[in-house]
Amino acid sequence: MSTETAPVVYSPKDFKSDQEVRWCPGCGDHAILNSVQRAMSQLGIRKEKYAVISGIGCSSRFPYYMATYGFHGIHGRAAAISTGVKTANPELSVWTITGDGDALAIGGNHLIHVARRNVDINLLLFNNRIYGLTKGQYSPTSVKGQVTNTSPYGTVEPPFNPGELIIGAQGKFFARTIDSNIKLSTEIFIEAAKHEGTSAVEIYQNCVIYNNGAYADIKDKEHKDDRQIILRDEEPMIFGKNRDKGLILVGMKLKVVKIGENGITEKDILVHHSSENNPGLHMMLVNMRWPDYPVAFGVIRNVAAPTYNVAVHAQIEKVRQSSPVKTMDDLLASGNTWEVK
Amino acid sequence: MTKKDNPIELDDVVIRFSGDSGDGMQLTGTLFSNTAAFLGNDIATFPDYPAEIRAPQGTVGGVSGFQVHIGHSDIKTPGDQADILVAMNPAALKANARWIKPGATIIIDVDNFTSKNIEKAGYQEDPIKEEKLEDFNLIQAPVSSLTKETLKDMGLDMKGVLRSKNMFALGMIYWVFNRPLKFTEEFFKSKFKKKPEIIAANEKVLKAGYYYAETIEALHPTYVVKPAKIEKGTYRNINGNTATAWGLVAAAEKSGLQLFIGSYPITPATGILEELALRKDLGVISVQAEDEIAGITTSIGASFAGLLAVTSTSGPGLALKSEALGLAVITELPLVVVDVQRGGPSTGLPTKTEQSDLMQVLYGRNGESPVAVIAASTSANCFNYAFEAARIALEHMTPVVLMTDGYLANGSEPWKIPKMNELPEIKPPIVPEGTENYHPYQRNPENLARSWAIPGTPGLEHRIGGLEKDEITGNVSYDPLNHQHMTKLRAEKIKRIAGDIPKLKVEGSQEGDLLLVGWGSTYGYLASAEEELVKEGKKVGLAHFHYINPLPENVEEVFGKFKKILVCEMNMGQFVGYLRMNLQQFKYYQLNKIQGLPFTVAEIKNAAVNLLEG
Repeated sequence: MSTETAPVVYSPKDFKSDQEVRWCPGCGDHAILNSVQRAMSQLGIRKEKYAVISGIGCSSRFPYYMATYGFHGIHGRAAAISTGVKTANPELSVWTITGDGDALAIGGNHLIHVARRNVDINLLLFNNRIYGLTKGQYSPTSVKGQVTNTSPYGTVEPPFNPGELIIGAQGKFFARTIDSNIKLSTEIFIEAAKHEGTSAVEIYQNCVIYNNGAYADIKDKEHKDDRQIILRDEEPMIFGKNRDKGLILVGMKLKVVKIGENGITEKDILVHHSSENNPGLHMMLVNMRWPDYPVAFGVIRNVAAPTYNVAVHAQIEKVRQSSPVKTMDDLLASGNTWEVK
Repeated sequence: MTKKDNPIELDDVVIRFSGDSGDGMQLTGTLFSNTAAFLGNDIATFPDYPAEIRAPQGTVGGVSGFQVHIGHSDIKTPGDQADILVAMNPAALKANARWIKPGATIIIDVDNFTSKNIEKAGYQEDPIKEEKLEDFNLIQAPVSSLTKETLKDMGLDMKGVLRSKNMFALGMIYWVFNRPLKFTEEFFKSKFKKKPEIIAANEKVLKAGYYYAETIEALHPTYVVKPAKIEKGTYRNINGNTATAWGLVAAAEKSGLQLFIGSYPITPATGILEELALRKDLGVISVQAEDEIAGITTSIGASFAGLLAVTSTSGPGLALKSEALGLAVITELPLVVVDVQRGGPSTGLPTKTEQSDLMQVLYGRNGESPVAVIAASTSANCFNYAFEAARIALEHMTPVVLMTDGYLANGSEPWKIPKMNELPEIKPPIVPEGTENYHPYQRNPENLARSWAIPGTPGLEHRIGGLEKDEITGNVSYDPLNHQHMTKLRAEKIKRIAGDIPKLKVEGSQEGDLLLVGWGSTYGYLASAEEELVKEGKKVGLAHFHYINPLPENVEEVFGKFKKILVCEMNMGQFVGYLRMNLQQFKYYQLNKIQGLPFTVAEIKNAAVNLLEG
């Protein structure tokens, strides 16, 4: 972040607005709000420098609950509005709040282009695999066969995987977290804020009303350690309740192995390099699905690259210095003119 | 260059260059116009080209034309019909035959009048006979073959050689009008700086055309058009899109805000984005967005962040922007939307002009969603109205739609360059740091503009968005009475702009038998018609509208002074419908043209005379 840091100490409650939070009791959004407020209080960025921008959907009510500058946009356009805010004033720390419908259906075009341009924003994609605010229709991330109000016999279309889309659009930062893991979410949001460029964070979020238990199979206490892998930079990809499982590469595919079996030692396990520019392994990691694989969480991709907002302003500065046109009067008088006497 | 004997003086003359869209007619016309302007003529131009970049060669669909009207008095239109037509092939003749004056001079490239091309253009065998042009002054010049001959030793390939033939035609026209070649030669030198062989070839062909016309005495006697009596000052040529872009940059300077444009290329508006992309020297941020919606929403984001934000488009793009425009209405953010109109509906006539977006601009949004609407009327005053659009947007905290059209965007005219110190300061209601108890929907009690707190300012953190707002705090409110109150407030805010804009002026008779009414780009034709009618002794006035929403305060007073009102516009009657709704006490006659072409002065005069006699 280019945002200036200041010696201010905040607590999460400094980021709570006076508005009553109106999400359903038990909605995953409450925990995400909590994680964002924690992350912001720890970043050392002055409160007035934050701008929280959203589209439409349950998650997009988010800005109203923040005591920062905030803008509640229209359906699908959060990433585009954020591009405008950040390009207009790169000093702001811009947080884009969007959902699976907002970002991947109606706003899909803006999502891929913000990632391609690498605008320095933090894009939090609340993925509950359902349309909540319109009361239960399938979304572009609903699993194939999912029964909803508009797919009473089950959907017949395959879902998007947001990470695959972001990396495919040349995104340089992708992380995944889950609403209930406030510690991990806070950690990831801080990493996202520190990354210069479009930091996309997919948040598995539970909609208690229309898609309750969407992530139950990987989330429950009993199994989560075996069904989730939390990736940490430059550490081996080890998971499991007993931390005895890991990932290796066999040919063009990842494979789950047990340490200690078939001569596998910790040294054979892949080490996570989030800063590797080649997207091959990152793409495999975002595509891992239980029961074949554990689902990957943490910062999966974090590659340094020039940002759009910096490039735009650097170009303006360069042209300003070399152009003979310094004021509007100069421009008016430039080129072919003639005197009438 | 030899001096010619006894040339005839003309008050004004209309020349139309036409050829295949690859023949360079736009450049030829522009170079001729520039020379005329440098010599002090008043000019008006009208480029008329197909939507296809290179339509099939030799077909009528692929004809590109450029009409220029030069004169030694005030020139307000590119002229109804041409005195001289340059037709590079049969298709060009076919497309333009009905746009020339009886007895006009026609210069054709006879080399291209082959039986194949004649057939392609849709003629049987003799275009001249079929068009009944036998009595016209026809000059059959072997333009292509003489161009080839001129350049045979230059070592250029055939494509490069034939590309220069437009300069042969231009050279001929320069001789006919006694024009020096030096301005055009200077253009070659700066345009092809790194290609001396191209400079040499173009100069050679230009001179060859000039001497050819002299040798055959293309027109005898030749013509001169003396300089116009124009107000003293420094002038330049400017087209509507550049003038629009510059007006916006000027407004940014006068308001102390950086200019931001988020836009998506669309004919005929693209020139605005292109010019503003160049203006990084004046700090302009230009974002070529991924689509029309991103064009306006990036601009809304920039406006929220405290910049002077603009988006430019044409009708189809405006349709895509309409939801977002409503967002700017409810968040009460300053935003300039430029709609360079073209023929519709749908893709319609991308390169042709029309005024058929007015209803879309006024009402094409969900909900009660008022915006300020203003319209430029000449290519040059696009500068003033773009400036004005930005001023109103910033001082009244509202989106403003500036309407121009393809005719204004592409047409050019000489423009007396203004000085920045002649323009008013623009004072947006930015909330100073340290303000206590700030609420985003607090308003100036006079013009109802809300106060604008810029993100980054400590202590003024606030949230706004597309949900209905509580009157003062801006918090989300579903209260029924608040919604009615806010709806009326948004409407009243736009209405009160009427107190901050000039009154409607009448040209010609101040009262009398007939008031011509127009808006936007029809001004030149209406004013010419009004002047001619007044000269003929008729009591005719012209009220041309630049402010459409709100209307100026004195419209009723102006309309009441005339027996009949004739509203002329290039659509089915959108403005007249709007007037009927707002000023029901008057009876309106209407003149409408929907051909993708401007009116002619004659059409307006005929309609006026019919009404006066009726």
